[in-house]
Amino acid sequence: MLFSAFSLLSAGLFVALDAVDVAFTEAAVGAGISTILALATLALTGARQEAGTHHKVAPLIVVIITGSVLIYASIDIPPVGDSQAPSHLHVAPRYLNQSMKEVGIPNVVTSVLASYRGYDTLGEVTVILTAGIGVLALLGGRRRKKERTKSGDKEE
Amino acid sequence: MSNLGLYNYWIVITLMMIGFYTVMASHNLVKTLIGLNIFQTSVFMLYISFGKIANGTAPILSESHTLYANPLPHVLILTAIVVGVATTALGLALVVRIKDAFGAVDEETITLEEEKEE
Amino acid sequence: MEHHHILRTITKLLIPIILLFALYVQFHGDFGPGGGFQAGVIFGSGIILYGIVFGLDKAMAVIPPSVLRVLAALGVLLYGGVGLTGIFLGGQFLDYSVLAAEPTKGQHLGILLIELGVGTTVAAIMILLFFAFAGFNREERG
Repeated sequence: MLFSAFSLLSAGLFVALDAVDVAFTEAAVGAGISTILALATLALTGARQEAGTHHKVAPLIVVIITGSVLIYASIDIPPVGDSQAPSHLHVAPRYLNQSMKEVGIPNVVTSVLASYRGYDTLGEVTVILTAGIGVLALLGGRRRKKERTKSGDKEE
Repeated sequence: MSNLGLYNYWIVITLMMIGFYTVMASHNLVKTLIGLNIFQTSVFMLYISFGKIANGTAPILSESHTLYANPLPHVLILTAIVVGVATTALGLALVVRIKDAFGAVDEETITLEEEKEE
Repeated sequence: MEHHHILRTITKLLIPIILLFALYVQFHGDFGPGGGFQAGVIFGSGIILYGIVFGLDKAMAVIPPSVLRVLAALGVLLYGGVGLTGIFLGGQFLDYSVLAAEPTKGQHLGILLIELGVGTTVAAIMILLFFAFAGFNREERG
């Protein structure tokens, strides 16, 4: 539940930062599917956790040091919303100015996604397909699992 | 919006460190994956923050606006979110199989089990 | 979930709207926020909701996993196929301008087709993920 709320909040933040497409995806994915998958895993593995007093001080120190270094580094980043930041001066103006003439659709995110960077997107879709195949291979059909347990017994 | 300054990046760093800490300190594999997810979301926010332009609007062209947010980070993150959920599912599937094989999702218990088997 | 009448009725009302909205997002992605990724996820959520409320068997009867596996592969194939069609028509890989008489028309057609491919794959994989996790659960109990 908390996970779901976290996703919804970040989706709200994305809207505030003018990324409507991203917010849309985050709301649909985060609030829906990834929460269901996390809950399903918890149901399968059991919510109970053995309370152990592991050494948690060392990670905390590492985290604080890394965080301070990152905050020190962030001082050099141009502030949020700066229209003269280097990241806005490279290819983005070309996409925004030429997209209507070259691709002819008003949503620049879609035209960059599907047309200018179609090759990337093909790769991303293939990654999704591969991950899906991986999950199916791991949690595959019932029949295969029974066979596996049988052969496992023989080995022992 | 101009006084937003660097706060956004600091929030991103805080979230990133929360995720990082969870990944390192937690011995429960499910918690490790959730930590990775938080870390991932912080990276998404970093990219989207880069794309923001003050007084700009969403990059859907129309007659009434001239200043738009940078569409490139949006495209990258849009696909990354969906790929992220697919890869997280793969990780969770691995955890489920580990639970099946060793009867635990705790790293130390798993190491003990492995040593016993050997 | 068999005794939750309110839940079942509301779900029955909501699912057609969710699926319709997914199709709207799919084909309106050129003009407003949306596109294949979002549409696929929303379509998947609709079927997953059905699976949660009415049981896995009924959801698997609506869309059998074997069909989903074919659909997932078909989506990527459609994407790659559009790219290759560009080569055969004298352009470059994933160059949609040659698909129709006018470059912008071709771009439009190409984007529509590849978004359809993306949407098909994403929806199929999301539903398959749910089936895999939920099905594994049942098997453990049985």
